[in-house]
Amino acid sequence: MSFIPEIAAIRFGYGLSPRHPAPASPEAMVEALQADDSMARAFPIGSMAETYADFQYLSDLKKAELDGDKTAKRKYRNWRGQNRRDHARMLRHTIARALDAPDALRERLTRFWADHFTVRGKGVSQRMVQRFVEDAIRPNITAPFSEMLKAAVTHPMMLIYLDQDKSIGPGSPVAERNAKKGRRRGLNENLAREVLELHTLGVGGAYSQADVRQLAELMAGMTLNLREGVRFEPKRGEPGAEEVLGQSYGGREPKLEDIHAALDAIALHPDTAAHLARKLAVHFVSDTPPPALVEALRLRYTETGGNLGAVTEALLSHPEAWGPLAKIKQPFDFVTSALRALGVTGSQLAALDRKATLRIIIRPMGLMGQEWERPNGPDGWPEDGEHWLTPQGLAVRINWAMSAGRVDGLDLPDPRDLVETALGSQAGERLLFAAKAAESRAEGVGIVLASPAFQRR
Amino acid sequence: MSKLLMTRRRFLASTGCSVAAAPLMTPMAFAQAPWDTRLIVLILRGAMDGLDVVRPVGDPHLAAARPTLAAGDGLPLDGFFTLHPALAPLHPLWAKGELGFAHATSTPYRDKRSHFDGQDLLEAGTGFDVKTGALRDGWLNRMLQAVPGIEADTAYAIGREDLLMLAGGAPVANWSPGTRLELSPQARRLIELVYEEHPIYQAAVLEALDLTEQIAASEAAATESDEDEDMAAMMEASSGNAAHLQMAEFAAQRLRGDTRIAAFSLSGWDTHGNQASGLPKALKQLAETIELLRVGLGPLWGKTGILAMTEFGRTVRENGSRGTDHGTGGLMLMAGGALRGGKVYGRWPGLEEAALYDRRDLMPTEDVRAYAARAMEGLFGLSGTVLSESVFPGLDMSQAPRLVL
Repeated sequence: MSFIPEIAAIRFGYGLSPRHPAPASPEAMVEALQADDSMARAFPIGSMAETYADFQYLSDLKKAELDGDKTAKRKYRNWRGQNRRDHARMLRHTIARALDAPDALRERLTRFWADHFTVRGKGVSQRMVQRFVEDAIRPNITAPFSEMLKAAVTHPMMLIYLDQDKSIGPGSPVAERNAKKGRRRGLNENLAREVLELHTLGVGGAYSQADVRQLAELMAGMTLNLREGVRFEPKRGEPGAEEVLGQSYGGREPKLEDIHAALDAIALHPDTAAHLARKLAVHFVSDTPPPALVEALRLRYTETGGNLGAVTEALLSHPEAWGPLAKIKQPFDFVTSALRALGVTGSQLAALDRKATLRIIIRPMGLMGQEWERPNGPDGWPEDGEHWLTPQGLAVRINWAMSAGRVDGLDLPDPRDLVETALGSQAGERLLFAAKAAESRAEGVGIVLASPAFQRR
Repeated sequence: MSKLLMTRRRFLASTGCSVAAAPLMTPMAFAQAPWDTRLIVLILRGAMDGLDVVRPVGDPHLAAARPTLAAGDGLPLDGFFTLHPALAPLHPLWAKGELGFAHATSTPYRDKRSHFDGQDLLEAGTGFDVKTGALRDGWLNRMLQAVPGIEADTAYAIGREDLLMLAGGAPVANWSPGTRLELSPQARRLIELVYEEHPIYQAAVLEALDLTEQIAASEAAATESDEDEDMAAMMEASSGNAAHLQMAEFAAQRLRGDTRIAAFSLSGWDTHGNQASGLPKALKQLAETIELLRVGLGPLWGKTGILAMTEFGRTVRENGSRGTDHGTGGLMLMAGGALRGGKVYGRWPGLEEAALYDRRDLMPTEDVRAYAARAMEGLFGLSGTVLSESVFPGLDMSQAPRLVL
């Protein structure tokens, strides 16, 4: 088996499109990852600086209200409205990038790693989720994994999501001072546990509860200020050295560099290599990936010190990566690839308002089982096809496909053309027949997009 | 009647118990289940803090371990335990013997305290000797596999997620309330045609087509029962359209028809910080869910058992952020007219440090699967052999009490 353009677009991108040729070669796809990130510029997400400004604004507003400012409530309502509109815009921009990218491998890798480092926001931190992806994930998809790991694990959004901001070394000066005042604030293991269980070694990895505890003590002191971001407060850190996976860190004044050193080492652990190799193969190729492929990825990871660009190249150039399509698209992939197949442009999509975004994307995705930015826990969305292949999930996909024409400004294609542009040789004879036999253009389009062939990637 | 209430009532009618009376039913809806009793299993995802929900105030070590969490008054249970005030709406059921608990209970899962592994093991119903990745079917499904005459709608997994607990070889229905599928006859034929080549996809799509047809048919028939009206009033009074209410409502309506088993999950139990404000929210949802099921089931409540289980308990000692961390021994809640409530089951291990698991967690003294097995034994007449060999392989249920009246 070797490179097939159609499979490349569907398995490693967001599918075929009447607006873009299918990828030419694995080399071209890897090369595109090194090129300038024009999609991020075309459809901006915003930066954490804006989030810090928000926190400042809200805290000023609170003070003003306490001082008797009668307009504060109205200003807060306005801010909330803007917050909601911005949140919907971030989703539109995320999809718009996937529609306009000639080959959408960068977008797929960004989603994959964003899911690997799942975070959830609420209220004020809702708009931080995609900014986290923009800061910590997207720039690092071809970097050594340790870079992404450090960026993600020490990001304000992650600290908030996994309670790191609440963790204080039990033997630290701050804990001691608190104890005198009768307050009890101490160690929180949540982030340390997920780093080992989900982000690096994996749940089957060779770590123990003692490693979790030691890593949590090492990370104590890392906290955040909502107007500046992450900072390290030595007075909250745990005095003394910590031993994680057999290596000793710290020992002098607690500092952020000790945490970085531990994360660098954990990133290179053999169990991390094996865990990530398998996870990549499961996500892109099959729920039960060929062992030779997993082994090749593991090997490349190990040889290159966890270089994700090299691992991605190994994935694309491995013969076992080009078998028949075996995965079912997750709802986000389904909706995005359908819009791409219909020829919707990034700017068309970006121009939708919040109401249309809810109607066309957010609500249907939720009913398909994937509420945007709301996975059940830090382990992200399930990979196995069975999870997504439920009667109600399919019912909503079919309904969505049948009413794809409700996307504003979209001229529905002829179903006979769509079946070609969307699936090429992957369509199958029955679908070619059905696309012709439908009673209306909308139903024909619906049948093509609702077909099993289009659910696969 | 408000416009909102009208909409609610229309929706209620659309999935109501009138299914059996609707003229356009598929044959599936007339199937007879092997028993008349009802079982509802709720998975409480995130690890419920059993020590805060049913508080062992009679234990001399509680107050020191939980200086802020143990403060405040619980509702009286049996003198040793009190009930978290957020479960007050369920408290009347305790006196009637329709609400009970099993304390210091857990699955065989130990040590790594991962939600995801813990939940997988809870739903798989196996011991820890089975590798977690290899758990492909769940204990409720294996129970169904052991019983002849199971139809696709005997058991319902409700909600957007697939429940591992009900996954496996026996047929089960899976539905998220509110889903619609409207197709022209031609579109339906073509959809069926393109799905024919893909058997795995085909099964799911045919089930979807069947279910939506049934629901549409009963919507056309649209008669309303007293239970529907009571439920509508309850839903208006509570927090509206929240997912837990929709799932409870759908479960009650299905259970009033041919369905005998329903399962869904409630989340929000992972109270690492500021538990005094987080836990009541989750408990309120749990109380509303059980109340809605009770009202919705009407006279069937007397034949019903509800089991609410969580993946593990939480640390005995309060943590530094006025919450609790992942622990081991925990609590199971049971409700329903068919169960022997009014009692906190389980041997109490004590909270002194030497009695704790790993010197930090409540020591489990009974396997939670043994309680589930006893409930199924009583409700469905399953033999101990089937339960301890097929449903929960290797389970010793000899010490667990009878739970069904």
